[in-house]
Amino acid sequence: MSTAELDAALSQAYEAGFVTDIETETLPPGLDEKVIEYISAKKNEPDFLRQWRLDAFRRWQTMREPRWAHVHYEPIDYQGLIYYAAPKRRSETEIDPKLLETYEKLGVPVHERAALAGVAVDAVFDSVSVLTTFKDKLAEAGVIFCPISEAVQKYPELVQKYLGSVVPPGDNFFAALNSAVFSDGSFVYVPKGVRCPLELSTYFRINTARTGQFERTLIIADEGSYVSYLEGCTAPMRDEHQLHAAVVELIALEGAEIRYSTVQNWYPGDEEGRGGVYNFVTKRGLCAGRGAKISWTQVETGSAITWKYPSVILKGDDSVGEFYSVALTRGRQQADTGTKMIHLGRNTRSTIVSKGIAAGHSQNAYRGLVRINPGASGARNYTQCDSLLIGPHCGAHTFPYIESRNPRAIVEHEASTSRVSEEQLFYCRQRGIDPERAVALIVGGFCKDVFQKLPLEFAVEAGKLLEVSLEGSVG
Amino acid sequence: MMLTIRNLTVAVEGRRILDGLDLDIAAGEVHALMGPNGAGKSTLANVLAGREGYEVLEGEALLDGQDLLTMEPEARAQAGLFLSFQHPVEIPGVSNLQFLRTALDCLRKARGEAPLDSAALLRAAREAAQVLGLPADFLKRGVNEGFSGGEKKRNEILQMLLLEPRFVILDEPDSGLDVDALKLVAAGVNRLRRPDRAFLIITHYPRILEYVRPDRVHVLHGGRIARSGEAELAHQIEAGGYAAVLEGSVA
Repeated sequence: MSTAELDAALSQAYEAGFVTDIETETLPPGLDEKVIEYISAKKNEPDFLRQWRLDAFRRWQTMREPRWAHVHYEPIDYQGLIYYAAPKRRSETEIDPKLLETYEKLGVPVHERAALAGVAVDAVFDSVSVLTTFKDKLAEAGVIFCPISEAVQKYPELVQKYLGSVVPPGDNFFAALNSAVFSDGSFVYVPKGVRCPLELSTYFRINTARTGQFERTLIIADEGSYVSYLEGCTAPMRDEHQLHAAVVELIALEGAEIRYSTVQNWYPGDEEGRGGVYNFVTKRGLCAGRGAKISWTQVETGSAITWKYPSVILKGDDSVGEFYSVALTRGRQQADTGTKMIHLGRNTRSTIVSKGIAAGHSQNAYRGLVRINPGASGARNYTQCDSLLIGPHCGAHTFPYIESRNPRAIVEHEASTSRVSEEQLFYCRQRGIDPERAVALIVGGFCKDVFQKLPLEFAVEAGKLLEVSLEGSVG
Repeated sequence: MMLTIRNLTVAVEGRRILDGLDLDIAAGEVHALMGPNGAGKSTLANVLAGREGYEVLEGEALLDGQDLLTMEPEARAQAGLFLSFQHPVEIPGVSNLQFLRTALDCLRKARGEAPLDSAALLRAAREAAQVLGLPADFLKRGVNEGFSGGEKKRNEILQMLLLEPRFVILDEPDSGLDVDALKLVAAGVNRLRRPDRAFLIITHYPRILEYVRPDRVHVLHGGRIARSGEAELAHQIEAGGYAAVLEGSVA
């Protein structure tokens, strides 16, 4: 098989690209203080939050959109976006069957008797959470898992204490925008010493055209607790770009562990780069106490542009941060993703394993920062950063930043770039394996280290997603 | 005839490597193809399997009457052709078992058969590994990943045993093997000998033919079969070198 053949026929098999025909309540496009007041009033928010949003908005107005990433896109017209869209509720208790259908079609277990019985789901549709499963079972364990808008009403003291504590509103341009206009998202609180009995999962769906999705996720694991959380994302195929600017904050107190997994499959746009989601997300975790652990695992196959760095601040002594990532780009997709590990406490440890796969005309960059502060004696980091190229027109880039201010810290970095070789393909084909399956097999092997870190139920999903995403990436 | 090759003429980068080669192999037979370095033995194996980079100028190759040279590599495999590679490539992170399962799924699907169930495959794979003297954890390791030369060759035979092809080409299955490993490889081949299956063993040295007795031995020279004979021909080559057996031949 020639490299030209390899690269040919990059068809876009995007199975989640349908639109749900449902009546929605939307604000007209545009953003000013009135829109923020509207969102805040709509959600009946306490005054502290209304003020917090307005402060963020004023801050945002003074900020400039960053341009340093290895991605290229036309300027976003922020006044042309819709900032609030919600499916109309028929009644207080009933959920529109069309919504349930949508999630079923996407394979999301929104019925409690569903096959993925060990998973509780919060489903976010455009700007609002439409349903949350297994709330009772979680409540028995003392775990709070609900839409953040509900948490604001029921647990305002927790929200006020932690919201913005890891990603302050002024952190960056997109975080400020999110703080001003976030409409919903998930809230998790796991009490002291509790091991959350279910996998928690949020499923994000953008449906309405020209809508920005600005969800906010806040997860607090109290001392000695454990929680595993997964988010999934899809959007319909549309010709225009959609902005997704989420903020995720994780707080792990002493001895607590949070595992956060993402399977991101936003619509990537067509072969010429028309349409697709701009996935500009700020994700950060704080290991606040001694021995806390935060682990990010991400499988990114979607979005026209992925631009995010799930990070860990290792404040507590002996705390642990991990980042395992698979980022696959094809067509005209662009990714600039990686992580930041900020070592503050003593004997803090971090591990970074990044697997970037580029096909078609895509550009795939890993960008990572490992910072060891002067107080972080005995800190250790291990980074492994591998790129795999499929075909001759794609690019892989690595931008590692290492700032060690403590001579007693150990930082290791390994990187490799390889290609799916014609020899490997021929070997597979000689055994009767068709080229597409062969590429999926080879790529799956390349990603093995990361897939092993996903919760079992989702490792299979991720593998399949990769296979679907690679369809048509060989001639 | 299971395999019929007529007037096969192949060039690599403009240079003729095979030049009017004829060869017939009947079901149930084992043929050995010998010849000095650079004679084109591996070229023949690669052309039959469908590797890129070989230009077929003339001739045909039929497997069970099907025109191999127009088929995609995977279609040739699905038709029953198996090539044991001289230099098997590594596929990191893909376990031997996963690879075998994928290959078997594809082959069975092409034949209209249901996928083999996992337990049956695992049993068969373990047994085959044992026959070849491979350790128990072998099936979990990445395909050829960090294998020794001998392990790679034995892995090819393991795949052959499980995929049960109709026609097998072994491209120098003996190179780099010590005598114990050679015996294991030979035992693997002998285990698969059947009236409805044929083998073409490509080799420099007659050594492996001590353990896998061929029905016919051919010497490739000048781009075609310059000399054919019974197993005895291999001994003549060992005793006198290629020059002795090629004396007076057409090349």
